[in-house]
Amino acid sequence: MSVVQQKSEVARGAGRGGARRFSLTPTPTVTVYLALAVLLVVGSVLVGIQGGVLLDQGGILNILTRSTVLGLVAVGQTIVIINGSLDLSVAYLVGLCSLVAAETMAGSDGMMVPGVLLALGVAAVVGLVNGLVVTVLKVNAFIATLGVALILRGYLEENYTGPAGSVPRAFQHLGFDRVGPVPIGVLLMLAIAGAAWWYLRRTRGGYHMYAVGGDIDVARLSGVRTGRTIVTAHVLCAVAAGLAGVFLAGRLGSGAPYVGTDAGYDLESIAAVVLGGTALAGGRGGVVGTIGGVLILSTLDTIFDDLAVDPFFKDVVRGVVLIVAVALYARRQLSRRSG
Amino acid sequence: MSASEQDVVVRLTGITKSFLGVPVLRGVDLELRAGEVHALMGENGAGKSTLLKVLAGVHRPDSGRIEVNGEEVVFGTPREAQQAGIAIIHQEFNLLEHRSVAENVHLGREPVRRGRVDRRRMEEDTRKLLDWLGEDGIDPAAPISRLSVAQKQVVEIVKALSTDAKVLAMDEPTAALADQEVELLYDLVDRLRKRGIAILYVSHRMREVFDLSGRITVLKDGAFVTCAPTTEMTSDQLVRHMVGRSLDALYPDRATDEDLGEVRLALRGAGNQRVREVTFELRSGEIVGIAGLQGSGRSAIARAIWGVEPFTTGTLELDGVARRITDPRAAVRLGIGFVTEDRKSEGLALRQSIRDNALLVRRAALPGSAGRKRSDLAALLKSVTVVARGEHQEVRYLSGGNQQKVVLAKWLAVGPRVLVVDEPTRGIDVGAKQAVHRLLRDLARQGVAVLMISSELPELIGMSDRILVVHEGAIAGELPAGASEEAVMGLATGHGIGEVA
Ligand SMILES: Nc1ncnc2c1ncn2[C@@H]1O[C@H](COP(=O)(O)OP(=O)(O)OP(=O)(O)O)[C@@H](O)[C@H]1O
Ligand SMILES: [Mg+2]
Repeated sequence: MSVVQQKSEVARGAGRGGARRFSLTPTPTVTVYLALAVLLVVGSVLVGIQGGVLLDQGGILNILTRSTVLGLVAVGQTIVIINGSLDLSVAYLVGLCSLVAAETMAGSDGMMVPGVLLALGVAAVVGLVNGLVVTVLKVNAFIATLGVALILRGYLEENYTGPAGSVPRAFQHLGFDRVGPVPIGVLLMLAIAGAAWWYLRRTRGGYHMYAVGGDIDVARLSGVRTGRTIVTAHVLCAVAAGLAGVFLAGRLGSGAPYVGTDAGYDLESIAAVVLGGTALAGGRGGVVGTIGGVLILSTLDTIFDDLAVDPFFKDVVRGVVLIVAVALYARRQLSRRSG
Repeated sequence: MSASEQDVVVRLTGITKSFLGVPVLRGVDLELRAGEVHALMGENGAGKSTLLKVLAGVHRPDSGRIEVNGEEVVFGTPREAQQAGIAIIHQEFNLLEHRSVAENVHLGREPVRRGRVDRRRMEEDTRKLLDWLGEDGIDPAAPISRLSVAQKQVVEIVKALSTDAKVLAMDEPTAALADQEVELLYDLVDRLRKRGIAILYVSHRMREVFDLSGRITVLKDGAFVTCAPTTEMTSDQLVRHMVGRSLDALYPDRATDEDLGEVRLALRGAGNQRVREVTFELRSGEIVGIAGLQGSGRSAIARAIWGVEPFTTGTLELDGVARRITDPRAAVRLGIGFVTEDRKSEGLALRQSIRDNALLVRRAALPGSAGRKRSDLAALLKSVTVVARGEHQEVRYLSGGNQQKVVLAKWLAVGPRVLVVDEPTRGIDVGAKQAVHRLLRDLARQGVAVLMISSELPELIGMSDRILVVHEGAIAGELPAGASEEAVMGLATGHGIGEVA
């Protein structure tokens, strides 16, 4: 019996050591929000030196508004990336869905609900295609969703030259109204993020997503329906992108084919997810971090606008931030493994 | 119908399976009865794991019948097999490193309450099962990545038990366990058997098979050889069935005084986070064994010598020159080889060919033309008796034992002067085990200094010229060649020589 006891003592000792190390290195999520806080302070000082104010009501509003659409897309992207997959078609999908919504509504109040539903339906179908190509045809997600992106682009280029359709005035309120000081769009984005968080962290489906992303063979051998899980993730991601398109249609008053690609939501959303500490290989991370990543990116943009720096410098800083963040997370992982 | 006929829970008849046209199973019959431990034996690559995977719904058989409780079933996915009451502990760990113990145990079957996963119940259930096993050192909420290899094995067992299985198939469950922990498993298997669970047990350790099983089925090259009650078989017969010839149970001769050369490796007061005050010398031509419990620091010493987690105090001398080895590359260049105990995550590039794996270190670490040499590959693979379709086969499709042999070949390819081997025969069949023993001894005769860690005491004692016993991160004592198991265990558990708790 003493053998067993001793072994568990050793194990406990190891556990304690691990716990100590663990508390020294904060999780990526904590790191993101610390970085965000630091960024806000530094930004405030820099903008202050130039005689401006970063965090007045207008400034905060600016940051939040910038975060809305990217936030919606990035939350969806988080779900697929946790599955170890990826979606490069979101940018075109955003444009497509804005068009579907605006053209279906065609300025009439009665068509608002059908317009939204149809746009989300189209998004879900695109997501389904993405998911099936990845799981059934076993095409690598990078290629599969790039292919779907190209198809969407072809369709958009063939059929549209500029904005089309129009949304009724009532729907435009969605883009601009506020509840108290907070824009409705931001609330929508946070609600979606909250739902995604709940789904990933609390439901069986979410557990299976982490399992599939962590190790798909382990998940399959343990009885998880891996194909179904991945397809669900792609559908959810596409619907989130569709929602972003619908929201943009409300804000712009019409559908715009390249509204998603002009903002680079495909790569930008992946950047936000990775910045938020979700592992690109899948299995680790979450929505909370992603929102932090989105806020960092939009805060940077707002600061740069206030400082009126040139675009090149802006991109350099964004690039550096991204690389530094990922390098930090990688270090942490190394120190954990050696423990 | 006889009574035992009614107890048959699972019956496999005429199972065949080919991969890419190469037959791996050729008409295998197997019958599992409730409350019986049934051992499945065979050489590396005989098809044992493949048969288990057919039973688990991972592979579809090309032909043959699977019956559960007398009814024919077809398993399309592992999930369906699980639902039919079949649980498998696979040869390789099947756990998510970054999820908690409880999450892993319930993976795919998470309890749900009002739409959400009932985490508390998950952890409680896991705790109950751990308690039932008598394992209180594992926290259900801890991530798998923080557990030791042996603890992971316990989690695998708990995971299988949590499904309420009627049939439990274990593929080399003790390969990762030290002898003491094997005792725990014995006890567990016994309790499961009494509960009326049918157990299929795959192992290369003869002693376990004879201790535990009621019947033995032997496979050779994917074909059914025999099935007989354990009491009617001797270990000699069993080996003959498996290997096709008898083997002498002897270990190669130990080093003589002439064999021993200069001190190759010397540690003086070396230590780091895991171990302290490690002092010993390793001469060329000798095999020194390191014994100890799992987690005692055996592997930590090996890993420190090789620079994965370097020593932070004391000195390490190589051929009389003090060296600081801070990473594996430096170690390789100084002529140190290291066979890791965790072949899947540290020893092999699973998606690369046998050839690429075998030449990996040579290409990566040796300078100039020596790094590009590959003419001797065939001889190298033969010396470790790798059984494969060809040197271009991807390593992940090899049987577990053959993967282990590729890891050995990888190090032989660079001709190290100091070879540290951590569990070199893990998962290797009896015949190949002997080949590995001979190989290590031959290397020693050629002047290599070998440091060997093994959880199988008979092997460690049989092979070593001296044995160092590690206890709680420090060397508890040194024993001469041929020490008794009691002496080793006494030191390993922190008692004196010869007293075992
Ligand atoms: N997915 C696969 N694709 C191709 N070949 C495979 C695959 N799985 C197994 N094999 C081959 O089938 C043969 C039997 O392998 P299996 O793993 O069943 O052996 P085993 O009896 O379990 O051996 P060990 O004792 O080494 O674990 C091996 O030659 C292996 O290379
Ligand atoms: Mg096997």
